[in-house]
Amino acid sequence: MIAHAIVFYIFSLIAIVSAIMVTVSKNTVNSVFFLILDFISISCLFIMIGAEFLGMIMLIVYVGAVAVLFLFVVMMLNVAQQKNEWFNSSGRSSHIPVGLLVSIIIFFELIIVIGGWKYKPDLLDSIAIEINTDLTNTQSLGSVIYTDYIHLFQLSGMVLLVAMIGAIVLTFRQRSGVKRQSYFKQISRDRKDGIELVDVENNKGVKIDA
Amino acid sequence: MLSIGLGHYLTLAAIIFTIGIVGIFLNRKNIIVILMSIELILLAVNINLVSFSIFINDLSGQVFTLFILTVAAAEAAIGLAIIVLYYRNSGTIRVEEIDRLKG
Repeated sequence: MIAHAIVFYIFSLIAIVSAIMVTVSKNTVNSVFFLILDFISISCLFIMIGAEFLGMIMLIVYVGAVAVLFLFVVMMLNVAQQKNEWFNSSGRSSHIPVGLLVSIIIFFELIIVIGGWKYKPDLLDSIAIEINTDLTNTQSLGSVIYTDYIHLFQLSGMVLLVAMIGAIVLTFRQRSGVKRQSYFKQISRDRKDGIELVDVENNKGVKIDA
Repeated sequence: MLSIGLGHYLTLAAIIFTIGIVGIFLNRKNIIVILMSIELILLAVNINLVSFSIFINDLSGQVFTLFILTVAAAEAAIGLAIIVLYYRNSGTIRVEEIDRLKG
C-alpha cells in the first residue's frame, strides 16, 4: 500500500511538473520533450493500476508517433527560436488575468465535483462488462473490442484513414517546373510517333537528328 | 493519504486538465504549444476514464480510452498538417499574427 502511494505520488508529481513545463517552456522543442515525459509518466500510472495494454499503447501511439510528429514539425518550421514569452509580451496583459481567473474557476469546479461525488446506489448493478481477473488486460480488451465494439472499432479505423488522406491532401503541393510522368500521354503514344523505319545503305550508315 | 483511491486519480486528471486550459488561454506566441495543450486535455480525460474503469471494475472505460487515443492521433496529424500549410502560405505561426478572420 505504501509502495503504491509512493509510486503514485512520484509519477503524478513528474506528470504535473512536466505538464506545467509544456506550457511555460521558452523553447518549443523543450515543450515537446516535456510532453513526452508527461505521456511516459501517465502511462506508468496506467500500468500501475492495471491497465497495461492502454499504458503500452499510450507509449507507442503518443511517444512513438504523436510526439515525434510534433518534434518533426517544430524542427521543420524553425519555430524553436520564436520564444514562448507570454508573461512579458507587450499589449497582452488584458488576457492574462481573465485567463488565469477562468482557469482557476474551472479547477475549483472540478475539485468540488470530485469532492462531493459518490456512487449512485444502483451503479454497480448496471456494469456492462465486468473485468475478469483470470484473463490478462490485453486479452479481456481484445475479447470486447472485436465483439461488442466492432463497429466502433472499424469506425475508428475510418477516422484514421480520413486523417491520413486529409493530411496528405492538405500538405500536397504542385510545384511548377518539375518534370512529371504523364501516364495518359505515355499509354496513348502510337507506334509511328516513336519508331521510324529507314533503309540503311551499305557502308554509309544513317544520319539521325538531321 | 497513503491509500490511493479514485479521488487521487481524478484530482491528478483535474490538475492536468487545468494546466491544458491555461496553456490554451495564456499562450500567445506559438500555435504548436496550443496543440500540445489539447493533447494534455485529452490525456486528462483518458486518466479519468481509465481510473473509473479500474475502480468500478468495468471494462468499457478502457475501450473508450482506446477510441479517444485514435481521435487524438488523427487530430494531431490534421492539426499539424494545417499548421504546416499555414506556415508555408504566410511564413508565421505566431498566434498574435494569425488574425485574418479579425476575431
